[in-house]
Amino acid sequence: MVLNNIEKLIEKYNNAETTLAEETQLRDYFTSNDVAPHLEHYKPMFTYFSQAQQEQYTKDVPLKPKRTKMYQWISVAAVTVLMLGFIIPQVLGPSQEELRQKELAMETYNKTMEALSLVSIGMNEGKEQLNSLALVSENLNQGIEEASRLNEFSKATNRIFKNK
Amino acid sequence: MKQADFVSLVMPFKDKVFRLAKRLLVSREEAEDATQEILLKLWNNKEKIEDYKNVEAFSMTMTKNFCLDRLKSKQAQNLKIVHSNYTDNNSSLQKQVEAKDSLDWVSRIMEDLPEQQKIIVQLRDIEQYDFAEIAKMLDMNETAVRVNLSRARKTIREKLTNTHRYGIK
Repeated sequence: MVLNNIEKLIEKYNNAETTLAEETQLRDYFTSNDVAPHLEHYKPMFTYFSQAQQEQYTKDVPLKPKRTKMYQWISVAAVTVLMLGFIIPQVLGPSQEELRQKELAMETYNKTMEALSLVSIGMNEGKEQLNSLALVSENLNQGIEEASRLNEFSKATNRIFKNK
Repeated sequence: MKQADFVSLVMPFKDKVFRLAKRLLVSREEAEDATQEILLKLWNNKEKIEDYKNVEAFSMTMTKNFCLDRLKSKQAQNLKIVHSNYTDNNSSLQKQVEAKDSLDWVSRIMEDLPEQQKIIVQLRDIEQYDFAEIAKMLDMNETAVRVNLSRARKTIREKLTNTHRYGIK
């Protein structure tokens, strides 16, 4: 009875007309120990199928590829920023900066000139005062000459005293 | 979608992907690489994953295409995939060896099937998908799937019967 049923199922099975439930039934029958001798050559097939079902994938999958990609882009961005940092001042910067520096230099030059001229005015004033000082020194010289005359006079008096 | 969500989404069918890849590529290492590739592809497109109605069916289709491409490129390079899945399970029981041997026969017979039939047998008899799902995964109609499956099953049966009776008749 059961055997008859199984044989029918096998027929249907070979024509690929069995449902999943019927196939499970077949699998159960053939993986059990009491298989009819004339059907025994089906046994390895179904045993193999149910055994093949047990195989598992055991390897680990590294699930972090996204992050590394982002890091790559960050490094690219960093490099571009650096390059721009070097290039922009070279292309645009110099003219402005130089102009400003020139202006600054002119300003400082003018300022120093002003300061120097002020100094020179002061110097001239000092010179004039020096002139009066020269007058004083002239008077002093005259005084010294008169003093030397006095010296000579004293020499003469000394001679007179010696002669005595 | 976080990593944990992704893992729980992928968990139920990652073995199925692996088994299908192994069925097609034979070598365990190749199949592992293929599975990893598929899972990484899914992970990289995780934003779009929610749009797919059936991620499992989608991944199976992806696996099928990936493995077939892989085989094609191998053939173009005139390289055969080397596989070394020869287990040296030295079981002393004669019966176990015999059973193992006949199981090996089945897998060898399946290796000889055309790729399309291999995939269909794998999906139907091992993974137990229903015909509608298989048809969707392989982009075929159900009748074609049935015809292919029937042919494959008959080939397996014939070859198995031959080896089973080898030396007897």
